[in-house]
Amino acid sequence: MRARVTNRLRLVFVAGAATLLGACSAPDPGRTIPVGGASGTELAAEQILNKNNGAEPQTLDPHRAEGVPASNILRDLFEGLVSEAPDGSLIPGAAETWQINDDGTVYTFTLRADGRWSNGDPVTAADFAYGIQRSVDPATLSQYSSILFPIVNAEQIVKGELSPEQLGVTALDDRTLEIRLIGPTPYFLGLLTHSTTYAVHRPSVEKFGNRFARAGQLVGNGAYRLDEWVVQSHIRLLRSEKYWDDENTVIDEVNYFPIENQDAMLKRYRADELDFTQDLPFKQIAWIRENIADQLYISPYLGSYYYSLNLTLPPFAGAPKLRRALALAIDRDVLTEKITGSGEIPAYSWTPRVTGYTQQPPDWAGWTQERRNTEARRLFKESGHSEANPLTIQILYNTSENHKRIAIAIASMWKQVLGVETKLLNQEWKVFLETRKQKTMPGVARNGWIGDYNDAYSFTQLFASDNEQNDSGFANDEYDALLDRAAVEPDMQQRAELMEAAERLMLEEQPIIPIYFYVSKHLIKPWVGGFKPNIMDHHYTKNFHILKH
Amino acid sequence: MLRFALKRVFGAIPTLLVLIALAFFLIKVAPGGPFDTDRRIPPEIEANLQAAYNLDEPLYIQFGLYLGGLLRGDFGPSFQYRDYTVTELIATGFPVSLRLGGFAMLLAFFVGVAVGTIAALKQNSFTDHAAMAVAMTGISIPNFVMAPLLVLLFAVTLKWLPAGGLGDWRNFVLPVIALALPQIAYIARLTRGSMIEVLRADFIRTARAQGLPQRTVIIRHALKPALLPVISYLGPATAAIITGSVVIEQIFGVPGLGRFFIQGALNRDYTLVMGVVVFYGVLIIVFNLIVDLVYGWLDPRVQYQ
Repeated sequence: MRARVTNRLRLVFVAGAATLLGACSAPDPGRTIPVGGASGTELAAEQILNKNNGAEPQTLDPHRAEGVPASNILRDLFEGLVSEAPDGSLIPGAAETWQINDDGTVYTFTLRADGRWSNGDPVTAADFAYGIQRSVDPATLSQYSSILFPIVNAEQIVKGELSPEQLGVTALDDRTLEIRLIGPTPYFLGLLTHSTTYAVHRPSVEKFGNRFARAGQLVGNGAYRLDEWVVQSHIRLLRSEKYWDDENTVIDEVNYFPIENQDAMLKRYRADELDFTQDLPFKQIAWIRENIADQLYISPYLGSYYYSLNLTLPPFAGAPKLRRALALAIDRDVLTEKITGSGEIPAYSWTPRVTGYTQQPPDWAGWTQERRNTEARRLFKESGHSEANPLTIQILYNTSENHKRIAIAIASMWKQVLGVETKLLNQEWKVFLETRKQKTMPGVARNGWIGDYNDAYSFTQLFASDNEQNDSGFANDEYDALLDRAAVEPDMQQRAELMEAAERLMLEEQPIIPIYFYVSKHLIKPWVGGFKPNIMDHHYTKNFHILKH
Repeated sequence: MLRFALKRVFGAIPTLLVLIALAFFLIKVAPGGPFDTDRRIPPEIEANLQAAYNLDEPLYIQFGLYLGGLLRGDFGPSFQYRDYTVTELIATGFPVSLRLGGFAMLLAFFVGVAVGTIAALKQNSFTDHAAMAVAMTGISIPNFVMAPLLVLLFAVTLKWLPAGGLGDWRNFVLPVIALALPQIAYIARLTRGSMIEVLRADFIRTARAQGLPQRTVIIRHALKPALLPVISYLGPATAAIITGSVVIEQIFGVPGLGRFFIQGALNRDYTLVMGVVVFYGVLIIVFNLIVDLVYGWLDPRVQYQ
């Protein structure tokens, strides 16, 4: 009897959602949520969603976890102070409201009164204070805690100079939490959707220690609870009846499958064992477009695919003209249309399209490829290379069919335009990471960067001379100074302009060759409703539903 | 026979030690470590991680610590699956691999012997040639080619069976077949060869001369000696099934030890790789011993010394 009532409630909800969508969503070219049509708005009796999730997460402890696959699951199991709507815009999460002081350094959050852990305990401000302190505590062994450095004392605590209690996070009472920052950090609210800022259930952590995040032990405050985890097989979540918005949750069960082999993933999708996939094999994209184009969802993703040039060794040390020549000679339209072929966006500059920032493509981005090639030949000659003095370059990439195809295409473009000989070198992932980090191998290394938050700083910081991720070895005092000024600039417009100037400066030196901006790619069965593409590619299961099929 | 078995078990200890040492130092030689990721971590945090897993100690001390753990039956914590110990992972992965490998082995043995026997009895007939042609194809096609073909036909096109994953018995059908096929082929060829030889032996002629029916001659008299080469092949077959399952588990997403092994090596999950190596090492040593003992039971000419 109860089931029938729930189903009817759901029907009402989805019908409501459909009206809402029809009323307010802008006409998305060809891609809207498949509500309506022959199957109507009727929900399937069985609300089970099967998602492919790439790699197996290392842990579901929100503070020790890292990587996209773990974050996907943690968004269902926990809820940050701030959450995201299906379109990616920030909405209240565990916090109902918040205030920010005038200089943008003190955030005061009011938690919702009906917030509950999956065991029924109320979610308090002390839980969040404890959680964020645990995150920066060196004993927790978090690999991601450096993302919290904008909080007062966070950096010193991570480095073991201060104790976790000295963190600038205080529970003023049960429902009020204060976070103090070292400077205005416009992306801070977005950061609060990240798992390092989640609250954890203190009694469970104290009882089970670092193994509290296993099935049967994990207590979360999200829309789902962990039911079963069979390593390398699946992670099953069931809806948490204690979640404050449970009445608007439709999916009862969600299974995350760790399938990394993309061919295997596609087969299991075609066999209807998966409803939702992450990423797709390049070489199958033509088949997908021909046969199941209506299930393919491609949209911009917050990431850059690029080649970093080793500036610490010849031939690229002190050779900006050569670096520019190589950047010019790549026909990105051909590359993204013929080689990657799944809607990637040609990139001539570094930062993808993020909120509140103007992209900085150089002049030559607007030229024809022919003109770029002519300029490339001129610069190549000026840099002292010719037929008599030929150049051989090495491209290092991690073993993967996709990276190989791109490297081969670029090598042939360089050969054709400049007569450059290229040696391709592939290495297994961990070996590759080590080689690239050491900067002992001359030449070009494949690279990619996905922003942690929707703000340009997530990208511009990479080229600070002391950044761990600066694989080119780019070091420019002026760049560092601009970045330092941006970090404390309270005016958003000014701050953006400082970072834009920094990017122009960096691109002028061409320590990297931008190739394309990433897109997120999903295959989604026609009976799955509630999906909305967003730049962070964050999707919460509570927003999905399964239509009758 | 007991003395023989004990001697073999003790003789295996140095082998095992060499295996552990080799695997331990080889995996440490591989560049990159368990904490290297696309997104680099600050040096202070990396140092904390290294210390927490004893990776800051000199290599010989790490080796000593590892051996000490092994003696206590402790394979250590997994570097990759940070909430699990290697012992726990082996305990969940091995039953899956055992089921997969065990069924593949049974299937390979019974089908292989049956096909080989039939081919031998109808030597040079159409049945014989057809069976051997199929067997030859089975040996030649590697299972990483065969497995996706099976999936495409039975899971994607016909939708009779699941394409992968762990579930009920249906999830095991395709992986078991893919894993068993090359072994079926090999065992069929072995059985056929030795059966043809046995059928020409004097004692078979004697049996026939006594007027025994064909069935009795084959099952009671010919089969046992004809199986000898097959039995001695079972040791290598086990090894082949184990290595084969590494590939099959990966393709079908079956969470067995083979998949842990591959993922472990890629992730530089030192303890997990070591755990699987030691576990399989012991397993293969024990299995070879069993094969030797069975051999003696089948062939009275074999003496244990």
